[in-house]
Amino acid sequence: MGLKETLHQTKLKYQGKKMAPAFNALHTFLYSPNETTHSGGHVRAVDDLKRTMNTVILALVPCLLFGMFNAGYQHYSAINGFPENFSVMEHFITWDNFWLGAITILPLVIVSYGVGLAIEFVFAVIKGHEVEEGYLVTGMLVPLIVPVDTPLWMLAIAVAFGVVIGKEVFGGTGMNILNPALTIRAFLFFAYPTWMSGDKVWVHGAVDRAGTADAISGETILGYLAQGNSDFSYSLSDMFFGFIPGSVGETSTFLILLGGLFLIFSKIASWRIMLSAVLGSLAMGLIFNGVVQAGWIPEYSKFYGLMSFEFWQHLLVGGLAFGIVYMATDPVTGSQTNKGKWIYGFLIGFMSVMIRVFNPGYPEGVFLAILLLNVFAPTIDHYVVRGNVKRRMKRLKNATILPKVSGEVEELKTETV
Amino acid sequence: MALLSKKDANLILDPLADNNPITIQVLGICSALAITAELKASLVMAISVIFVMGIGNIVISLLRNVIPSKIRIIAQLIVVATLVIVVDQVLKAFAYELSKTLSVFVGLIITNCIIMGRFEAFALGNGVWRSFLDGIGNALGYGVILVIIGFFRELLGSGTLFGIPVLGDPIAKTGLYSIGYENNGFMIIPPAALIVVGIIIWVQRSRNKALIEEA
Repeated sequence: MGLKETLHQTKLKYQGKKMAPAFNALHTFLYSPNETTHSGGHVRAVDDLKRTMNTVILALVPCLLFGMFNAGYQHYSAINGFPENFSVMEHFITWDNFWLGAITILPLVIVSYGVGLAIEFVFAVIKGHEVEEGYLVTGMLVPLIVPVDTPLWMLAIAVAFGVVIGKEVFGGTGMNILNPALTIRAFLFFAYPTWMSGDKVWVHGAVDRAGTADAISGETILGYLAQGNSDFSYSLSDMFFGFIPGSVGETSTFLILLGGLFLIFSKIASWRIMLSAVLGSLAMGLIFNGVVQAGWIPEYSKFYGLMSFEFWQHLLVGGLAFGIVYMATDPVTGSQTNKGKWIYGFLIGFMSVMIRVFNPGYPEGVFLAILLLNVFAPTIDHYVVRGNVKRRMKRLKNATILPKVSGEVEELKTETV
Repeated sequence: MALLSKKDANLILDPLADNNPITIQVLGICSALAITAELKASLVMAISVIFVMGIGNIVISLLRNVIPSKIRIIAQLIVVATLVIVVDQVLKAFAYELSKTLSVFVGLIITNCIIMGRFEAFALGNGVWRSFLDGIGNALGYGVILVIIGFFRELLGSGTLFGIPVLGDPIAKTGLYSIGYENNGFMIIPPAALIVVGIIIWVQRSRNKALIEEA
């Protein structure tokens, strides 16, 4: 008897017991269940929620690996100076970089999954439901959107908060209003701001070395610009491929783009949201560029640095691209209607750049913008649906329906209402 | 002989738990969010409200047969405003720093829905002794929640209780701070109070299923 068969037998044996949901979760993680439907015309497909989640995780793996190399690269470069004649194979993809990244980032991943899944299991057993798979993606997103040196206990508290307050209190996966990963990020940011912003957190070891003779620092481009500077030392290709300081997985726009295309072609994520969010951020960026060009803002203004930043380069720095591809497209918290998705995405991009420029304390507005639009998504959908109903009612009124029998038109109208 | 009859005792005990003004009736949330970042402020606020509600209910109960029902709200407002001004002046005289922390929220006791609610719902229709007990009971129910929120917010947000450091010194890195603990800045801001209130409501309703409303 193979493993698959054994698991099926065990499942039947413990059906209805207290710990059954926990077992079923592990079971369906490995195999698709052997149950068949007995009535009605149902189609059982294996691409259930768990497969959907796994596809997203697959799209995230390149970002994670890149983040590990980048953690090492930023660390050693901050100590030894950035290499001249930078070559990817020689200076970036090295065992030293990978090893350093792995030992700093894997604990983040383990803590994120450990705490989050433990809470999911506990709630599933309490509720007697199946374990919900929602945390699979959240657990991978969380380590990618925090600075590399985030203390593990802080991450654990934030994950517990995000999963319980952000999701379980609303009824679990599919019922949450806010994206759990961003709730965790927001909690970390408001609870421990010194660990989430500034110039000391983005490079591994910078916090420990602060104040000593070996002090190193690495500022994100946005942080640098937000202080009113307008020139920085990174080239465009550095920004696009991601050899810049930042949260673990968000630096490489190139890999995020690949992940995004993968999600679009596997039909997991909505291309409407991604495209409209990109358009939204470009629009806001253009407005700011226009303000600078028209000379409406003096050069000594604290907003000058970020306002004069080329509009399309906003997509290359910070978490904007990552947020658009992996966070804004969350099917639970985003808009559901197609027209709603356009509005929702556009406003996310628009707001992100706006918050970036106008919030000098923290030049990363993406998570705030997405959380804000998460809250408004149901409202947007509501008005889209209402608008649709109205349009069709109007069409019905204007339509000339030739009655075969007198009185039929009246009936038809009342039915539609 | 018991000090209070069972019926009278319930007037005090009910609002403490199963009919709590904050967690069950969801009244008085505004001040519960605004002033609970410190335990001391929470406690003073609780005592002020106990005073105002105790005395206020007595006064309204005494006047209940003289107040014309058309202008009863005005009459109630005058009573509560008088009492609040007394509290405010006492605080300014004897605890000036604290009265600055509480700022407008002492004045806003006037608009605390719990007080007007009890005047309307109870003191206008009951005797002096029972009204007094009801006022004290509801104010205690309010105060208990305030103190619980204040306790958690100050402990987690500032690492102190009544302004006294209990987790060590964050700057000299002693106590818990020596192993990397840090204060949670989130607990200082008012949204945290909303979440703490929410958790209290959650705990209370899962302990007593009868409190859960039909959806």
